[in-house]
Formats: sequence, C-alpha cells, structure tokens
Amino acid sequence: MTTTALKEPVRETSPGAARAPRRRAGRIRRLSLPYLLLLPALLLELLVHLVPMAIGIVMSFKELTQFYIRDWSTAPWSGLDNYRVSVDFDAPVGKALLQSFGVTVGFTLLSVGLCWLIGTAAAVFMQDAFRGRGLLRALFLVPYALPVYAAVITWVFMFQHDNGLVNHVLHDQLHLTGEPSFWLIGDNSFYALLTVSVWKGWPFAFLIVTAGLQNIPRELYEAAALDGAGTWQQIRRITLPSLRAVNQVLVLVLFLWTFNDFNTPYVLFGKAAPEAADLISVHIYQSSFVTWNFGTGSAMSVLLLLFLLVVTGGYLLLTSRGRRTADA
Amino acid sequence: MRSIRAAAVGAVTLSLALAATACGGGSSTGGASGDSPKTLTYWASNQGASVAVDKKVLQPELDKFEKQTGIKVKLEVVPWSDLLNRILTATTSGQGPDVLNIGNTWSASLQATGALLPWDEQNFAKIGGRDRFVESALGSTGVQGKDPAAVPLYSMAYALYYNKKIFADAGIGKPPATWDELIADGKKIKARGKSVLGAEGANLSENIHHVFVFAKQHGADFFTADGKPDFTAPKVVEAVKSYVDLMAKDKVVPAGDAEYAQNQSVSDFAKGRQAMLLWQSAAANLKSQGMSEDAYGIAPVPVRSGTPGQGTQVNSMVAGINIAVFKNTHNLDGAAKFVKFMTSDAEQKILNTAYSTVPPVRSAQDDPAFGAPDTAVLKNTLATSAAALPQVPSESQFETTVGTAVKELFADAAAGRAVTTDSVRAKLEKAQQQMPAA
Repeated sequence: MTTTALKEPVRETSPGAARAPRRRAGRIRRLSLPYLLLLPALLLELLVHLVPMAIGIVMSFKELTQFYIRDWSTAPWSGLDNYRVSVDFDAPVGKALLQSFGVTVGFTLLSVGLCWLIGTAAAVFMQDAFRGRGLLRALFLVPYALPVYAAVITWVFMFQHDNGLVNHVLHDQLHLTGEPSFWLIGDNSFYALLTVSVWKGWPFAFLIVTAGLQNIPRELYEAAALDGAGTWQQIRRITLPSLRAVNQVLVLVLFLWTFNDFNTPYVLFGKAAPEAADLISVHIYQSSFVTWNFGTGSAMSVLLLLFLLVVTGGYLLLTSRGRRTADA
Repeated sequence: MRSIRAAAVGAVTLSLALAATACGGGSSTGGASGDSPKTLTYWASNQGASVAVDKKVLQPELDKFEKQTGIKVKLEVVPWSDLLNRILTATTSGQGPDVLNIGNTWSASLQATGALLPWDEQNFAKIGGRDRFVESALGSTGVQGKDPAAVPLYSMAYALYYNKKIFADAGIGKPPATWDELIADGKKIKARGKSVLGAEGANLSENIHHVFVFAKQHGADFFTADGKPDFTAPKVVEAVKSYVDLMAKDKVVPAGDAEYAQNQSVSDFAKGRQAMLLWQSAAANLKSQGMSEDAYGIAPVPVRSGTPGQGTQVNSMVAGINIAVFKNTHNLDGAAKFVKFMTSDAEQKILNTAYSTVPPVRSAQDDPAFGAPDTAVLKNTLATSAAALPQVPSESQFETTVGTAVKELFADAAAGRAVTTDSVRAKLEKAQQQMPAA
C-alpha cells in the first residue's frame, strides 16, 4: 500500500514534473536567445573598438618610442607627461595641436555646412519628376561612389601649380589671379582641402535628404499650395520641419566623418600637411607614426575622443530636447 | 524553433571563430618569417624606375640563388613611401620578412627598435668579413660603437647633373664649382628662358639631404656630439637659410618646385626645361625618361669655395641602401647565405650596374664596369667628400621634423613671403621641440 501510495503521486506528478523543467528550459532558452544573437556583435564591438581603445588609453600613459615598439608593454610609465605636453599651449607641440584643432573645427563647420546646403538644395530641386532626373541623380552620386584615393589623386593633379587644371582655368583662362596660385602648399591649401571635402561629402547629404523627402506626404504641399503658400514658404514650413529627424542624424554623421577625415588630407598633402590644412587626424598620425612618439599620439587621441564625446553628447541632448518640446 | 536554435548556435560559433581568429591573427597569419628553411621572404626597396623594373632586375638573380642553395626567395618590392611604415608595422607585430632593404639613413633608428639582427664579427664572418666593405658605407649602418644593424648593398652620392646644350647656349664653359658660380651662371641661363636648378621642396628626405650638406659646408651639425638635437645653433640656421635662399633670394630654384615631391624636378631636367639637377645616381632614371647620356654632364655638387674635400668641403651625404636581417627570422642560416650572395662580387656588379649605383664592396668597386666618368664622380665623392647623416636613434624623426620645416620655408618663399634668419630659427625650434626626448 505504502508503496502504491508512494508510487501513485509519483506516477501522477511525474509527467508534469518532467514538463515543468522542459518548460523552464524552454523559457530560459527563449530568454537567452536574444543575448545569444547579440553575442557576435558584442564580441566584435569588444575586439574592434573597446580593446584597442583600452590599449590606446594605457599607451597614452607610457613613454612609447622606437625603443619599445617591439613590445609596447615594457615601455616605462610616464604618468600624465604625454597629456601635459599635448596641452601645454605655450610650447611648440601643444601650440601645434591647438592650431591643428582650430583648423579642424573651422574646416568641419564650413565643410558640413556647405555639404548640407548643397545636398539639400539639390534634393529639393530634384524632388519633382522631370526628364533626365534619374541620370542626373546617378551623376550626383558619382563622387560618393568613387574610391577616395583615386578621386583625391585626381584632385592633386588638378591643383598642381604648373600644370594643374585649376590654375589653368583661374589664371590662364579667366585671369582671376595675377600669378598662378599654390594650392597644395601654403595658406591656399585650406581651400583646396575644403573643395575636395565638399565635393566628396555633399552627395551623401543629397542621398539622405532625398530619402527623407520621400516620406513627406504630397498632400501637405497640395494643401499648402491651396492656402496660397509659395515655394519658399513650403520649404520653410513643411520640408525643413519634416526633415528634422533626418537632418539631425545627417549633420551628426557628417560632422564626425569630416572631423576625423584622414584620407583626404593624407592623399592631398602627404604625411606633412601644410599648417593651414593640418587636420587633427593627420596631425595625430604624424605625432605617433611619423615621429614615432606613440605615447604622445595616444594622449592626443584620447583628448580628441573626449572632445568628440562631449560634443556628440551635447548635440544629441540638445536636439532630442528640442524634439520632445516640439512633440509636446 | 529549430531554425532559431540553429541560428543562435551559428551566431555563437561565428563569434567564437571570429574571436579566435582575431586573437590568433598576429601569430598565425602573415607567414612572412618562413618556418621552412627552404624559403625566405625579401622586401626590396624600389630602386628602379618602377616596381616592375625592379622585379625584372631581381628575379633572375633570386632564381640563381635558388639554384645554388635550394632556397626559394619570395620577393616583394616595396615603394619608398611605404617602406618605413611597413618596417615599423612588422617590428610591432613581429611578422616581418626574413631579409629586407632599408634606407641607410634609417639604420640607427631601426637599430634602436631591436628588430634587426646585429652584425657582430661572427655574423660578418659568414659573409666574408667586415673588411670587404668600404668604410664610408659602413658609416651608415648604425650607431658608432655598436654592431651594425645592416650591411651596405648599394652606395650612392649626390652629383650635379647639367644640360650640356643649355650651358653651351648660355655661353657657360664648365659646370659651377661653387655656389656663387652657380648663382652667376643662373643669371645667364635665366636670360635664355630656362629654369636653373631643380629641387623637391615638398619631399622631406630630399630636404634633409641638402640641408645636411649645407650644414656641413657651414661647419655645423644638427646633433651635438652626444646625440642631442641642436637645430637652432646659429650656423645651422644660416645653413638652412642659405639652402632655401636658392629659391627665396637667389631665385635659381623656380618657385614651382616648392610643391614638388614626386621627382618632378628629374622630369623637368630630363625634358630639357632645366639646366641643372642635384641628384643621387640619376643615370638610370634619366635614361628611362628618354634623356640620352651625351645630353648631360656630371660634376661634383658645388661647395662654398675651392674644391670638394673633407671637413667643410663636404658636398654629399653618404646615400645608399643597406640589407638587413629581421632578428626573429626562422631561417637565420638561409638569410646569412642570401646576404652573402647579394654582397658577392658577381652580384654587386650586376645589381649596381642595373641601378647605376656604386658597389659598397671594395673588390667589386674596382671593376672596370664602374670606371665610367659619371660613376667616377660618384665614387670619388663617396671616397673623399661625403659624410654620413647623423647615426642617432632619432634620425628618422629628424628627417620628418626638419624636413617639414624646410618644406614650410619653401612654401613661404614660393608665396613671396620673406625667409629671414628669425623665421628659419622659429621653424627649426618647432622642429626641435617635436623631437622625442631621447
């Protein structure tokens, strides 16, 4: 009896008991699935971004020169020396960094502004269907699709003092300048860099704004037209506010790309950029890889990272607050 | 459900695989340091008119080496603009070639990294001894008092190349021996509508080679005896200014040359647009650009007074290429055999003829193949009036920082801005402050 009594509940509960762990296991599996799927991304993020970043931060506290690059971990600690050198704006290294920073900020603001303006204007202009629109759109995207190196090398040829197309047009044909100008050395190099940067960057703005424009209902424009709004008013009251979210991302991405652009100045000017066009990415590259002062270069990189974090954070905070107010 | 589970398993496997390859990437890939004693990897610097030309010159020799020793050499010709960075990367990762070429001025800098095999007596014995090499070439193989980090392979020196026709048209009988003569000749040449002298104002290394020689001619050095940078010494400033003044004040170097960095001045000379060129071993280069050998003459680089010689009459740096062995090669024996082969009399003759350079090996240098007038000038310069660039660990940084300063001064001169003693000193001071503390 006892045995049956004992056995019975067991027999009764056994199927349920077996089901319960299975269900629990299923639930665990279901709950863990998203994390499992995220794992590759997390690992890659760790390997590609976080580990090198951590190594860079460690390096910035070391005296890392040619004597230690075979095994950087043996380089002696230098405390905050690398940072002190970088921000000592009275001494040449700090002064050059500050100047490069100033050039980069000015260059970025101008380049992003122009890219956005040209891209938006082109997108608005191309909004209405007309003959040849597809072809024109494809043409607009050519600078964006070309490999950076090939495109910038072509610009190098065009900017050459003696045989370049730019001087040929400005000086020989239009007689705008008294003497052929230098574009790849000296002060004009800033404008050469800006030209290439805008030429390369605006098609991206055009692409994104065009995509954004597709989402604005045509009825809004029709209604506005019925109410007597002109083109400019339609752009101001409908197009720009509707593009707000798109522009917010666009400007941020353009800003980060332009601020950190390395390829354009490096291909244009080589490893020693003229002072007027000494963008911070090449400046840091030169400090680390050309003068083999990896510790100072790392410190400069960390300072740059902090700056970009603050600016990006501030920008996101500001724009999202603006949107919340607008939504409310 | 099964497909989701499969996806999850796949994702995890993928991430683990990625992690494994990423971690192991440094040690398993590359394959440069041949584990097999029957292979070697060789990074050759780009010596000829193009990478393809170099392959054509070198491959038959490497085949010969394979026939003799059974060791296959995998060749990679690396352009100059990439070479130092490639070596640096290889040093950091430990994944370098077995044998490589280095610019001889980098010897001390690369020696400091500890990546290159030191050439002590024992290693030199494997390739026939230290005495086989010319002393001036050995001067650019590392810091004095230490075992060399490399072995000289090709030697070069600067000379003055001049266009015979332009000289004759301007009524100039012989090439200038001093800078004053050059400037005076320049006036006559400009009167004929030709440009006088070429320079590569935006090429950092070229700038360094010239200001170094100018400093020597002024009795000055960029480094103190104990290896500290001394870029702002009054005589150094004066020397750098006098080089830039060739454009800024004397106007013998055209303003357009301030942005040259891709050997455009060699093309200008080869095309007959320009009367003179200061270059190292230009013959092969000029030939490849279609300039016939009778069209130009070759003379020693001018000095301040008198004739070239030791001391302040130095008129060239000791230019050249060294061959080095990566310390962590798995085939040290094979590497030594290869260096021996490349520095053997027979190979020295073949390779230096192909590149119009001078063999740094004594016995090969005496070969009649190197007795032609242009090689004689280079040989004589190397023997009597050339000096090695400072063999200090920070030489490579010196090339960059001072080279950049000179580039900026040329840019000022080209834009018509005054180049003064103060502006030169300011640029050099900045260069000095950017040098790493040694």
